[in-house]
Amino acid sequence: MSLKHVLTTSLLMAALGGAASAQSLVYCSEGSPEGFDPALYTAGTTFDASSHPIFDHLTEFKVGTTEVLPGLAESWEVSEDGKTVTFNLRKGVKFHSNDQFTPTRDFNADDVIFTFDRQGNPENPYNSVSGGTFEYFASMSMPELVESIEKVDDYTVVFHLTRPEAPFLANMAMDFASIQSKEYADAMMEAGTPEMLNQAPIGTGPFTFQAYQKDAVIRYLRNDEYFGDKAKVESLIFAITPDASVRYQKVQAGECHIMAYPNPADVQAMKDDENIVVMEQEGLNVGYLAYNTLVPPFDNAKVRKALNMAIDKQSIIDVVFQGSGQIAKNPIPPTMWSYNDAIEDDAYDPEAAKAMLAEEGVENLSMKIWAMPVQRPYNPNARRMAELMQADMAKVGVDVEIVSYEWGEYLERSKDKDRDGAVLLGWTGDNGDPDNFLAVLLGCDGVGAANRAQWCNEEFDAKLQEAKVLSDQAARAKLYEEAQVIFKEQAPWATIAHSVVYMPMRPEVEGYVVHPLGGHIFNQVGLKQ
Amino acid sequence: MLNYVLSRLLTFIPTFIGVTLISFSFIRALPGDPIVVMAGERGLTDERYAELSAQFGFDRPIYVQFWEYLTGVLQGDLGTSFVTKRPVWDEFFALFPATLELSVCAMIFAVVLGLPAGVIAAVNRGKLFDRALMSTALVGYSMPIFWWALLLIIVFSGNLGWTPVSGRISLMYYFPDATGFMLIDSLASGQKGAFASAVQHLLLPTIVLGTIPLAVIARQTRSAMLEVLGEDYIRTARAKGMSPGRINGVHALRNAMIPVITVIGLSVGTLLAGAILTETIFSWPGIGKWMVDSIFRRDYPVVQGGLLLIAVMVMVVNLTVDMLYGVINPKIRKR
Repeated sequence: MSLKHVLTTSLLMAALGGAASAQSLVYCSEGSPEGFDPALYTAGTTFDASSHPIFDHLTEFKVGTTEVLPGLAESWEVSEDGKTVTFNLRKGVKFHSNDQFTPTRDFNADDVIFTFDRQGNPENPYNSVSGGTFEYFASMSMPELVESIEKVDDYTVVFHLTRPEAPFLANMAMDFASIQSKEYADAMMEAGTPEMLNQAPIGTGPFTFQAYQKDAVIRYLRNDEYFGDKAKVESLIFAITPDASVRYQKVQAGECHIMAYPNPADVQAMKDDENIVVMEQEGLNVGYLAYNTLVPPFDNAKVRKALNMAIDKQSIIDVVFQGSGQIAKNPIPPTMWSYNDAIEDDAYDPEAAKAMLAEEGVENLSMKIWAMPVQRPYNPNARRMAELMQADMAKVGVDVEIVSYEWGEYLERSKDKDRDGAVLLGWTGDNGDPDNFLAVLLGCDGVGAANRAQWCNEEFDAKLQEAKVLSDQAARAKLYEEAQVIFKEQAPWATIAHSVVYMPMRPEVEGYVVHPLGGHIFNQVGLKQ
Repeated sequence: MLNYVLSRLLTFIPTFIGVTLISFSFIRALPGDPIVVMAGERGLTDERYAELSAQFGFDRPIYVQFWEYLTGVLQGDLGTSFVTKRPVWDEFFALFPATLELSVCAMIFAVVLGLPAGVIAAVNRGKLFDRALMSTALVGYSMPIFWWALLLIIVFSGNLGWTPVSGRISLMYYFPDATGFMLIDSLASGQKGAFASAVQHLLLPTIVLGTIPLAVIARQTRSAMLEVLGEDYIRTARAKGMSPGRINGVHALRNAMIPVITVIGLSVGTLLAGAILTETIFSWPGIGKWMVDSIFRRDYPVVQGGLLLIAVMVMVVNLTVDMLYGVINPKIRKR
């Protein structure tokens, strides 16, 4: 190679590099995705890297809300009895291509059927590929709910359900329902490399997958054939940076534009820094203390209410969340539709709490509080939270012992109906539907399982059951609002906090919206020149 | 020499089986069921639990599981990660070059600075340089890696802007992995500035990871040198009028090397342990962080396989060290 050649090449490379970096959005993410096939996994980090940039869904959440919009399905009809849902699919949608695969046809009904069939049908050859367990599909009760999926023609698909289920449309916008290409799957099966579906994903989304180096970087390019609004940046890069302080340094140094999960302690300094803009929103989660309502004296609603009044939630927000939280009064977060803002929280009043306990004949009460061993957005430090509660309870004459177990043990043992003590736990929403909080965590079916309060109230449960089968959202909202009133009176939990999600970013970032469902979505994000 | 190597190799077998057994039981001894941990708050039904248990093979007796694991290992199959569903072997080899590159650089850094520093300190025993050096070494040895790394990042990347904060190369450069060693790949890519960027990215992690071995090597070299410098043959060499450079550099240093090499060999274990923190802070895609994540997720195959591979590596390094003794000191290989 001549010197001239070398020079021209390097100049060209430099020019290309410069141009590329000007159009690249760099996101400092908190960890590596487990893989790129969203149906196989349950972690938000994985969905950020797969479901959001690469894939589309039959329905989509409007970014920044939990409202359900048309996606790959242009429209849908729900039958009178609520058991048949017909999706009319969008025409002319192109799948991505890569080195091994170039699609020969557009997206159609076969892809929809393949996407769900492989998750629910053990006979499907892709059911066992990559050790598939399809946890989300199972945990959203899809195997029991979906009786069959029928292809009417290339652009019409009918889902036959075993019962009416209002949240079904929102479920279709969830990450596990990311639409895969059947043609790609077949080609890879034939080539003997079916695991490529998970390693070199092909979707219809706003970005195409370019490359992944484990624990280092993920690269995407803009999909210029995208059917919707095309992405604003030419390329999207995830710089995987596990340490929060280092992510902060990288945003400061301009090595990334947006970062996830800042340390709560750093947020104030970030807000004061003119090179950083901090966006914030309440997370779609709730942290709670669940009493065991089957065991006396906690089977008495007045006792539970009195204990709730003994807890100083503001101190918990200040100390445990360092301000990055908001007091919870309802079991669902304020960003969710049907949130009943008219409800008044139990006031912090140790004197009244003490009197109320005495009235109920409860003296020298000693109880256990279970503190989780892990950090969660809805509870950044359960041990500390339990200690604060211990001190609060001591003021009303209740003696608290704090216990903890390894996380797996904790989850298992806390389900026990005879459990001794109140449990700190929480929940992050899946599909933005109130049913996903109220029925899962407080429904009678959940006693001995996810319903850690072991609380079964017939009136409350009836409202949930009724709301679940209605398709009119206003009517559903009314029922959920009433259910929250019952919840507040009965106090199976002390509702503690909703976390606040902070997103620090460079000032040149425009169009970023904090998504209440917790995902990070970049199609609509641009960079000011 | 051949006999010596063979006898050392034979000791590999019981060690290998021991490590397999320990790594297998260690992760299982930790409380926490991988299936329950995987399901998290969402939980799962008893039927689902039984299904997954069967899929992962947990429903069989523990000795059957161990036997399958052992026979798998002997056939070169370390199993598949529960989490990423990829073979442990593939994951290890995708990540290991990054750890190796960083560890080698850290070791070179520690040896290149530590050896001369130790020698100079020994020769100038009790003088200011010696005292200053040994106190600094003590500080280096006691420094928490985590704190040290963040301090360097804040000063050199944050305030001065001399080095990048983290990663292996600037995101501007993109070329496929050829060897996995960024220094080699960046050079081979022919992209202008790529190699320089890779070197810049290596600087801080190398210093952080090399600090403890540097301190240990400097101190060990100093004390070994002091011992040797007191020997009769050194006095004789001095009496003969040999130059101090030749006495210290050739006669003393060579004999002081045995304990120093032992320490270097042992530092490989320390390096791998240190790599866990260093890699996390500098977002360095190596095996340290991979192992820690897997322990938290109770990803049995990765923890077992990873521990086994690391143990084998430490064993190989120690074998090499043993053989080096023979090279340096003929008395050992003849024994």
